Amino acid sequence: MNRLAARPGEWIDRSQRIAFSFEGHAHHGYQGDTLTSALIASGVRTLGRSFKYHRPRGALSVANHDANAIVQIRRAGRSIPNQRADLLPIAEGLEAFAVNTQGGLARDRRRHLDRLSAYLPVGFYYKAFHSKRLFPYWERLFRNLTGLGAVDLDAPRVVTPKRHEFADVAVIGAGPAGLAAAVAAADAGAEVVLVDENPRIGGSATYALASETASAQRVADLIGSVTSHPRIRRFVTTVATGLYADHLLALVTQDRLLKLRAGSVIIAQGAFEQPAVFRNNDLPGVMLASGAQRLMHRYAVAPASRVGILGANVHAYRAALDARAAGIEVSVLLDLRERPGPQSLPLAETLRAQGVRVLNGTGVYAAHRGGSGDIDSIELAEWREGAWRRSSANAIAVDGLWMSVGFAPADALLRQAGAVVQYDARACQFVPGVLPPGLFACGKVNGVFDLDARVADGQRAGTAAALHCGFESRSCFGVGAPDQETATHPYPIVEHPEGMNFVDFDEDLQLKDFANAVQEGFDNAELLKRFTTVGMGLSQGKHSNANALRVLAQLRGMPLDSIAQTTARPMFQSVPMSHLAGRGFSPERRTPVDADHESLGAVWMPAGNWRRPAYYRRDRLTREESIAAEVRALRGGIGLIDVGTLGKIEAHGSQAGEFLDRVYTGHFGSLKVGMTRYGLMLDESGVIVDDGVIARLAPEVFYFTTTTGNSAALFRELVRLATWWRMPVSLVNLTGHFAAFNLAGPRSREALARLTSLALDDAAFPYLGVREAKIANVPARLLRVGFVGELGYEIHVPSGSAAEVWNAIRTAGADFGITLIGVEAQRMLRLEKAHIIVGQDTDGLTNPFEIGADWAVKMDKPFFIGQRSLAIIAKNAPRQQLVGFALEPGRYAGIRECHLVIRDGDIAGRVTSVGQSPTLGRTIGLALVTPAAARDATLSIRIDGGAQVAAPIVPLPFYDPAGARQRIDSGGARS
Amino acid sequence: MKILTCPINGPRPITEFAYGGELREMPDPARATDAEWTDYVFNRNSVPSTKCEWWCHTSSGVWFIAVRDTASDVTLRTFLYARSAGGAP
Repeated sequence: MNRLAARPGEWIDRSQRIAFSFEGHAHHGYQGDTLTSALIASGVRTLGRSFKYHRPRGALSVANHDANAIVQIRRAGRSIPNQRADLLPIAEGLEAFAVNTQGGLARDRRRHLDRLSAYLPVGFYYKAFHSKRLFPYWERLFRNLTGLGAVDLDAPRVVTPKRHEFADVAVIGAGPAGLAAAVAAADAGAEVVLVDENPRIGGSATYALASETASAQRVADLIGSVTSHPRIRRFVTTVATGLYADHLLALVTQDRLLKLRAGSVIIAQGAFEQPAVFRNNDLPGVMLASGAQRLMHRYAVAPASRVGILGANVHAYRAALDARAAGIEVSVLLDLRERPGPQSLPLAETLRAQGVRVLNGTGVYAAHRGGSGDIDSIELAEWREGAWRRSSANAIAVDGLWMSVGFAPADALLRQAGAVVQYDARACQFVPGVLPPGLFACGKVNGVFDLDARVADGQRAGTAAALHCGFESRSCFGVGAPDQETATHPYPIVEHPEGMNFVDFDEDLQLKDFANAVQEGFDNAELLKRFTTVGMGLSQGKHSNANALRVLAQLRGMPLDSIAQTTARPMFQSVPMSHLAGRGFSPERRTPVDADHESLGAVWMPAGNWRRPAYYRRDRLTREESIAAEVRALRGGIGLIDVGTLGKIEAHGSQAGEFLDRVYTGHFGSLKVGMTRYGLMLDESGVIVDDGVIARLAPEVFYFTTTTGNSAALFRELVRLATWWRMPVSLVNLTGHFAAFNLAGPRSREALARLTSLALDDAAFPYLGVREAKIANVPARLLRVGFVGELGYEIHVPSGSAAEVWNAIRTAGADFGITLIGVEAQRMLRLEKAHIIVGQDTDGLTNPFEIGADWAVKMDKPFFIGQRSLAIIAKNAPRQQLVGFALEPGRYAGIRECHLVIRDGDIAGRVTSVGQSPTLGRTIGLALVTPAAARDATLSIRIDGGAQVAAPIVPLPFYDPAGARQRIDSGGARS
Repeated sequence: MKILTCPINGPRPITEFAYGGELREMPDPARATDAEWTDYVFNRNSVPSTKCEWWCHTSSGVWFIAVRDTASDVTLRTFLYARSAGGAP
């Protein structure tokens, strides 16, 4: 019923009628309509309720930023919250509901809240939540009263792929300045991407220049040049929401996030029209003139039938002419300025000639609502004695009020990228001053509003941006003529004793809230923002920050250029979480026999970026019983552990031994070929960072292992050290190239003998030996290790042959009852031997002396990393010491890792490893404690719940102290 | 996301790189006093200035030196350590 006759350039397709519903009522619109335009066309002007006071609100900007027209939609069986009605295209069968109401938009049971506004002062949250006792009460109340849409908990998991794009020059904003910039850059040879949030390019020219035929034609020509240009790609319905380092742009489309890397970036995003502040400036029917123009020209919708216009620039006059052309009666045009500028004057004459009342030096004191709740009249204000005051003139009946009193630059991306902006008193807006290299601005963000000047500014920026990317241009563009009149009023803000003059529509902030905040001391922009929450609503201050700064400057009696703006951060526009959630880029690593583990009942646990079997499920056994069974099987016969996740590195070169001497604490240059040795690695402060087994395969070839979680970073660090020390050592990371299995237990030798011709007796292959031989006809490296405290062989084979070796070992071991061992059982086996795990039994401060590893540290070497620091540490009293404790057999006290050791009421250390030893039938554990506590007979361990358990300290290791089972005990390392 | 130029692989996104700490001269452990050594191990100068830093292009394993102005967050240049004598470019 408010649909206008078909007009040239309209965005709707009248041949496609679309049925949808709003708040349960059926409506119709056309293809191309947004929910806002279709509803206003159908005569619905109240689109939502405000956030705090639940006041009825309508359209404001119709520019994708209306924070009070937010809906929950149902479509294709899904319920989607928080859609912006001025952005949302209507679709057949769409069901939309206003958010933040109780009992529907019209009958919202909280609609009387605005009468209680006196009891909800600014900073109410801070005051209410100050009391710990009342916190839960207020929290429940506010969670209930405020908020937005409801999340659909049945929403499907969506993984949204990202897309990567590249361009020489990215132009953000396809208004006249952006169009001109794109053409200039592309003409210079640059590949250009032109981004605009609207479905069509043209920017403000698609609605603001209807009364300016020559200008409209000029923009139409520009659009033609852009569309036909081979080097310009247009990304429409795409919002640039973040500008990151080195010109990476986050672009949001309807279905995904685009990451655009550009050589240079031009910001031509224009300006947001700003509301005037007066009592009841939020009534449905009060809107920005640009919003009304968007409705009229893009969607052919008349937002009112008898309108008042409040202006302070030429755009107000153009809006009035547009209204007249659309058949809308203009009751009055109020110009805040005493003396309209040279562009406005002829338009004022035209309007007067058509019988329109045009009043200068006049504003709106208050709007009044009629029976429907919408605006029905305005009271006038006049400038008297330095303030806007109520005029004695009669109220004027209207059913709409359009505001065109000024603009704020859309400079958020510029400021995100580090541009410095300053207040330009002539343009009455902030403009960019110094721009970082490769970043350019043009058009309204520069405070340039006249069409010719905007086009000239765009050409200048486009040429400069192409030059920055190395293109040459013979064109030379000067700066356009300055604007003939200023577009923005310095203070379109009117006080009223009864308030309800809103500065921030998103957060329901009235003018007096700012005065109160400043009075309480929150008197700079950042503090004011946090206390009042101005600019923190859905539109992120697009229609409130500029006025808030003006109010703050006024209250403090300071010029605007001395008021610092709040920091601009991404995202500039709201982004669906599903756009950001995507695939992770940390791949999970799997050993070559991963599938076997799975089929054999593995219960997985993460180990670094690998997954390893924690244990293997057994019928009718619990987790603990399964782990104990694995431990007993290995001690009693033979077990097989997949240790392929260990870091595996080769070092080649004549100085390889010397290199390892410098990075490990032990002697490796003197290591005999065919032997291995345990190594501890420290950082420069003497703290243990890694351990492993180093094998010498040949005089100039070492093969060594590192802990699982540390392997990638450790390899990288070794390469750095070799570079730094200028040592000609070749390091090869074989972690993924080799699989490794630990075959251990008293019968492991017998099983292994079936797979190799290698002599395995102690004389030929002693403990700590390393041999290269074929296992099941696959070339393998065999290391005799003792990590789990039994006769054992680590078998390293190329990953490609891992499965056949694994299967051959399982087959050969079947006669001996071979059992697969998971990480949990391996941890218990090594705990029984008191072999430490770096990172579990040590922390970020533990040195080798504290864990009793003095034997592995060779202070007589010329140099190793951490040696000089250990020399200092050795002079001081030890800080802590690793001790073992064991409870009486059969006693289970609930001790867990990280439980604290208490001595004389103080913390004296913590438990690092603990478990029920199946071999010993008792709880055993390791604890890092103070030297005093280590000298006691028992540790006092505080368990969950606070009780303290007395745990006797016992000598280490717990099991086979002589090391007879693996022949020699020189420690071992595996984790 | 920043771009860093690997001397071997050219400009790459910063996610492909790992930081390896500042390039610093180690005092002679045999001659440094305990105080001098402790200062070397634990103290870093965080005043914004031009820093020489170790960076590694992780995908290719290339370590190199980046000269970075930490005040303006601009990488002035990058080069291979091995090609330079005594750490100076």
